Amino acid sequence: MSVVNNRRDFLKISGLASAGLILGIPGLNAAQTIVKLDGVAAALELNPFVMISPSGQITLVNSRPDMGQGSYQAVPSIIAEELEVSLDKINIIPSDGNAQFGSQQSGGSSTVRGFWENLRKAGATAKEMLIQAAANKWKVSPADCYAEDGKVYNKNTRASFTYGELVTDASKLEVPTEPKLKEVSEFKILGKYAKRLDVPAKVTGEAVFGIDIVVPNMLYAVTIHAPSVQGKLVSFNDVKAKAVKGVKHVLTTDHSYPGGKTKAVAVVADNYWAALKASKLLEIVWDNSQITGSINSDQYFADMEAASKKPGVRAEETGDFDAMFAASENTLEGLYETPFLSHAAIEPVNATAHVKADGSVEVWAPIQGPDGALEETAAQLGIDKSKVKINPTLLGGSFGRKAFMNFMAEAIDLSKQVQAPVKVIWPREEDMAQGPFRPAMMSKMRGIIGRGNSLAAFSHQAIGESIQGQHWNGIQAFRADDWIAGELSMENHKYGFGVHHLSYSRVKTAIPILWWRSVYASNFAWGQECFIDEMAHKAGKDPLKARKELLRNSPRDIKVLDKLESMLASYPPLPTGHARGIAMFRSFSSMSASAVEVAKVDGEIKIVKVTSIIDCGLFVNPDMVKAQTEGNIVMGLTAAIKGGITFNDGKCDQTNFNTYEVMRLQEMPIVDIHIMENQEKPGGVGEPGLPPIAPALGNAIFNLTGVRLRRLPIDLTDVG
Amino acid sequence: MPKYNLTVNKKKYQIEAEADMPLLWAIRDLVGLKGTKYGCGMAMCGACTIHIDGNATRSCSMPLSALKGKEKITTIEGVGSPATLHAVQEAWIAEQVPQCGYCQSGQIMSAVALLAETPNPTDEDIDAYMSGNICRCGTYDRIRKAIKSAASSQTKVGMNK
Repeated sequence: MSVVNNRRDFLKISGLASAGLILGIPGLNAAQTIVKLDGVAAALELNPFVMISPSGQITLVNSRPDMGQGSYQAVPSIIAEELEVSLDKINIIPSDGNAQFGSQQSGGSSTVRGFWENLRKAGATAKEMLIQAAANKWKVSPADCYAEDGKVYNKNTRASFTYGELVTDASKLEVPTEPKLKEVSEFKILGKYAKRLDVPAKVTGEAVFGIDIVVPNMLYAVTIHAPSVQGKLVSFNDVKAKAVKGVKHVLTTDHSYPGGKTKAVAVVADNYWAALKASKLLEIVWDNSQITGSINSDQYFADMEAASKKPGVRAEETGDFDAMFAASENTLEGLYETPFLSHAAIEPVNATAHVKADGSVEVWAPIQGPDGALEETAAQLGIDKSKVKINPTLLGGSFGRKAFMNFMAEAIDLSKQVQAPVKVIWPREEDMAQGPFRPAMMSKMRGIIGRGNSLAAFSHQAIGESIQGQHWNGIQAFRADDWIAGELSMENHKYGFGVHHLSYSRVKTAIPILWWRSVYASNFAWGQECFIDEMAHKAGKDPLKARKELLRNSPRDIKVLDKLESMLASYPPLPTGHARGIAMFRSFSSMSASAVEVAKVDGEIKIVKVTSIIDCGLFVNPDMVKAQTEGNIVMGLTAAIKGGITFNDGKCDQTNFNTYEVMRLQEMPIVDIHIMENQEKPGGVGEPGLPPIAPALGNAIFNLTGVRLRRLPIDLTDVG
Repeated sequence: MPKYNLTVNKKKYQIEAEADMPLLWAIRDLVGLKGTKYGCGMAMCGACTIHIDGNATRSCSMPLSALKGKEKITTIEGVGSPATLHAVQEAWIAEQVPQCGYCQSGQIMSAVALLAETPNPTDEDIDAYMSGNICRCGTYDRIRKAIKSAASSQTKVGMNK
């Protein structure tokens, strides 16, 4: 991304400033809870992320949609740190997908770690220009000036100018290419506790999510999709649906799923209830005969099991594992399994679009990437990107789902067809049963215990459908999926096995899949970390100490385990009938280690306490890191103990929260979270806390019951 | 179409709607208050929780025809005022409960009803009352803490009276 560019035409009124409806979170000095701004006061843009009006209003751009992970505050915090403004005096608006903001995709826990440097430069650049403008006015050197809290001060006279007083002059200056960044020790915002600016609006009901968007003369739509996802539309009878009062149109819309396109049937009405009610009266005939690959989850699992009996495509090999395995006496192996999962954000997927008579289009939607939305919308309508206006809204949860924007494309297509603004909301049943889902995967684990009870050799065969393969046909048969290969490499886990083997067997399915919070790490940490535990037990070693031995060349990871050990040691001794298990996993450049304490109560396993540590290097707001780690504990436990998604007879068996359960408050264990403090480069925060949770639970259950569980989900009422 | 008189947050509205329209959609699309959320449509997630005469109710499963017209309906917009937030809302801010925030209107409405019934809830009371509200972001630990701190602040206010 190029945040800093040497433009000569600096007197540019920001394009965002002229927009009609901007969803933003104004500073606390303005009315605290208003989340619709009628455009930002005409402001001068010092760079795409920083706008300052001559009256002194400072507007910073958040370029990463907020789905609860805190980017709304994190991005402006990084800019504000270097700009020397406090967060309570700024407005925050979202970026609109245009290229000057760089990549705008929230995903891969990438916001802070990916933009740390560039966002700081954006703030520092603007600050240096403001200081230069003040120095020019005072006819002193910039070295005699400093910036603090939205003003530039003259060190000698104590005179000052507000940023607003300086911005017109500053905007005419050359943009510095290498602004000086602050030392970590000088940080006032980064790394410090801060209350989030978006919280007040989220406790009063005033926060505007995608589903809440209102556009004048808007119609509401429900879209109904093939239960098999890929089925072709044969015919539909809409007589009963059209008889529902308020229904305006029943029509088809283009609909895409991972790797393909089909048609969906849409009911468009003047209120959502009419559309929803009418959609249930549609009689639709679908044809699944053209679908290749299994749409039956049992078949897919059987296919994976068959694949586990054959070698995979080699991804990494240190030493000759197979020969050593054949020759060794002290070996072990196990086949681990994780199910399909739904993202199940509480806000179902939805989007509002208005394709206007002049051929331009405006979209309001809870999407993870406005830049991708801009590209896709322009391509869908065959129009220039300048005719597309994307308004990203707050997302009511997403976990990856709203980065696949097939729901947005439907709103655009329907608006074009009915020539009115249309809001599409998928009913919960469509949101849940259509996916795309976290893929179900298997791990065939093999290990060799060497002389002196060393954990000598380790093999991981990752088995299942490839996200890249299904979406973009991007996997060649002779190559391992590189996302999986990277996740499970020695370089990533850093366990120093003398002999290490990693392979991948692709097993195709027609069940649609997608990235889901922490992506493949959520699948494969289960096999990797439970199996390390198996090997440690077989070698007669404490699993934590065995990991430390393996991590002898990774001191930073050993510090995480030392901290976990000391936290556990600080707790009262485990009561009789309680046991604990641990696991660790690196994802998105951060390490997380967890310990789960379980007990047997009335014949059932109860999850008593979860201790999690995250080492994410430098971070923005410790409370947000903690909140994300808490969230990852809950989502990780849900993934471990609640039922997965299954497909039978060409359709999804789960359609709502009665058949797809998620953890509820009464199941919430005690949590204890620690954030490692160091000055390492920022790592991800939104996802890394999830992968170790399930294996730590599995390992705890083994320690409690002696039963080694290898298949998720775990039925806590029926273990050992 | 039948007409209904609703009293929402102390304001009277007359709406025209089909009798089977759930109160949720009447509140969101006809009255125009968007703080009450759709999550599941079958009273499984609690995102649509409102108060009818003070009782926590899942508005997605309450048809307009079930109303008699005299009920006092309270939504998240009416539980406090922007100038004076409800103690539960204050506690939610102090504990920094929301992540995405989507389920929080329903969580807060349930918590307010819980504390109205049981000013000093035990852990078991909280578990039982709040189990109908799903938070997919996983803010449960903070919800528990916020309810406890709201309970103690409410008790203090009561003692001052």
